[in-house]
Amino acid sequence: MENHPMTTTIDTPVDNGVNVEALLGARNALAENPEIAQFEWRSTVTWMNGTHSRSEVEGFFGFSDEQAHHTSFTFDADHPLQFAAEDNSITPVEFVLVALGSCLTGGIAAIAQQRQIQLRSVSATVSADMDLHGILGADPDVRNGFSNVRVAYEIDADATKAEIEALVAQSQKRSAVFDIMTNPTDVTVTVS
Amino acid sequence: MPTTSVVVVGAGHAGLAMSRHLADLSIDHVVLERGEVANSWRTQRWESLRLLTPNWMTRLPGFAYPGDDPGGYQSAADFARLVTHYAEVCDAPVLTGTRVTRVAPGGLGFDVTTFSGTWHARAVVMAVGATRAAVPLVSRQLPDDLVSLPALDYRHPDQLPSGGVLVVGASASGVQIAEELQLSGRPVTLAVGEHVRAPRRYRDRDLLWWMDAIGVLDERYDEVDDLVRARHLPSLQLVGGPRDVDLNALQAAGVQVVGRFAGIRHGQAQLSGSLANVCSLADLKLVRLLDRIDEYAGGRGERPDPTHVPRARLGMDLGSGEIRSVVWATGFQPDHSLLDLPVFDPHGRLRHDGGVAPWPGLYVIGLPLLRRRRSTYIDGARSDAADLAAHLAGHLGLAGAASRGDTAP
Repeated sequence: MENHPMTTTIDTPVDNGVNVEALLGARNALAENPEIAQFEWRSTVTWMNGTHSRSEVEGFFGFSDEQAHHTSFTFDADHPLQFAAEDNSITPVEFVLVALGSCLTGGIAAIAQQRQIQLRSVSATVSADMDLHGILGADPDVRNGFSNVRVAYEIDADATKAEIEALVAQSQKRSAVFDIMTNPTDVTVTVS
Repeated sequence: MPTTSVVVVGAGHAGLAMSRHLADLSIDHVVLERGEVANSWRTQRWESLRLLTPNWMTRLPGFAYPGDDPGGYQSAADFARLVTHYAEVCDAPVLTGTRVTRVAPGGLGFDVTTFSGTWHARAVVMAVGATRAAVPLVSRQLPDDLVSLPALDYRHPDQLPSGGVLVVGASASGVQIAEELQLSGRPVTLAVGEHVRAPRRYRDRDLLWWMDAIGVLDERYDEVDDLVRARHLPSLQLVGGPRDVDLNALQAAGVQVVGRFAGIRHGQAQLSGSLANVCSLADLKLVRLLDRIDEYAGGRGERPDPTHVPRARLGMDLGSGEIRSVVWATGFQPDHSLLDLPVFDPHGRLRHDGGVAPWPGLYVIGLPLLRRRRSTYIDGARSDAADLAAHLAGHLGLAGAASRGDTAP
């Protein structure tokens, strides 16, 4: 479809399953009470055995109060058999790829809804390069983390190619995980 | 204790445009100026600076560019002379060397305190310009042996030591300073966050000619989708001259382009990995503008190449000697701190609806996108001042002004 969807889909409202009004309402509420925007996200982690650990996520703080997911979610992490581990779950670095891909994809849906663009399918492959010399301590010039991250989207939507590219660019601009990965963050680790 | 209907704070082009409209409405007023007329154009601009807008856009109420080069770009010094001449021909009631230190509620409406006494006024118009550098706190963490200079204090390359320069920010100031320093023989690294790419010319016309023609500059502030964001957009990557200063042009000149300056740790400047996306955002935004121009003009112009995104480094050792100085082109802000009134948002910015502050009789003029996109440029002061003067006349209860007062906001 060449035309802008706003001019062609009046009869079938755009619905990507995102409540944009609620998001915009939250933004307006923040303008008057900026302190309610201060959130704390949390997870707990417990060592199981070997490189296997289990994390649990339930509560968080925000909107000036304690909040919780509707249930507690648990996530195992481990390393694959090739690392002489038991492969109980994905590796922590793969969780980072999961976080980036899901953050950008959720953002695309929200922005598409706000821009009145109907999505039909959105998928992406997230990949990252890493040189094991870093984490093995084998070469001080090699960092532990990724040297490069790529996200390749395939999107089918009622929009022009330029509009879809703008969705993906805007989603990066507003993504927490994209920011966390591209900019430094203070990290403090303590032991009691 | 002097009394007047209106105090205008600041005798730049915006304050004088306001004065001219107040005079046309026979509203008695005074323009209080901390220094000379067009003070910041005399004292806070670098020597090579020329206006971003072509001469024909240098219009003020009752004044059009009189010279023979309407497509040229005026130097800061020439523009300061022009504004001074304008103040004289308008016979504007300017008191120079009169710094306002406080505006507070008073018997008539406002008490305006200066070093030489207090004015009592029924209305106040803030026209103070953007004279404060928005330099990030992280600049304090620079190693002591690096020269650190806000763009507001930059005058010419010889202020800086020879050797590499890190220019932070890729708005008009940042790209112009980066170009000049690179040409001076100092290898420049330019840290690029969100920016607005703009070719100087498109389809044989100045880009601003097109923006004027297609109506972009007349879009009203209350029709803009996200006003807060639009008001804080970086300035167009333009220079007052017949050339481009976008990232492709700068890279061709030898400037090293890197991501947004994100912080300093262990003597390393940390540079964001978001460069590809900010370039993509800028290219997409430019394509949308050029599409609008083509839609208006018919046909299709020759498009600039997409921004070349280098495989940029993510850190830079500030102690290695590669960088000898840092220029902070991270924006300018107005200084409204002299207002002792409850008119600020939680970020400390003056609240206003198209220049009408939420305190009866208080107005502001000369801010980006104040009432229309044109407000960002000198050319916007004409219509902004007309609208706000009419509103102000209504506030003063002047006969015949009420209906015109409806035009603002």
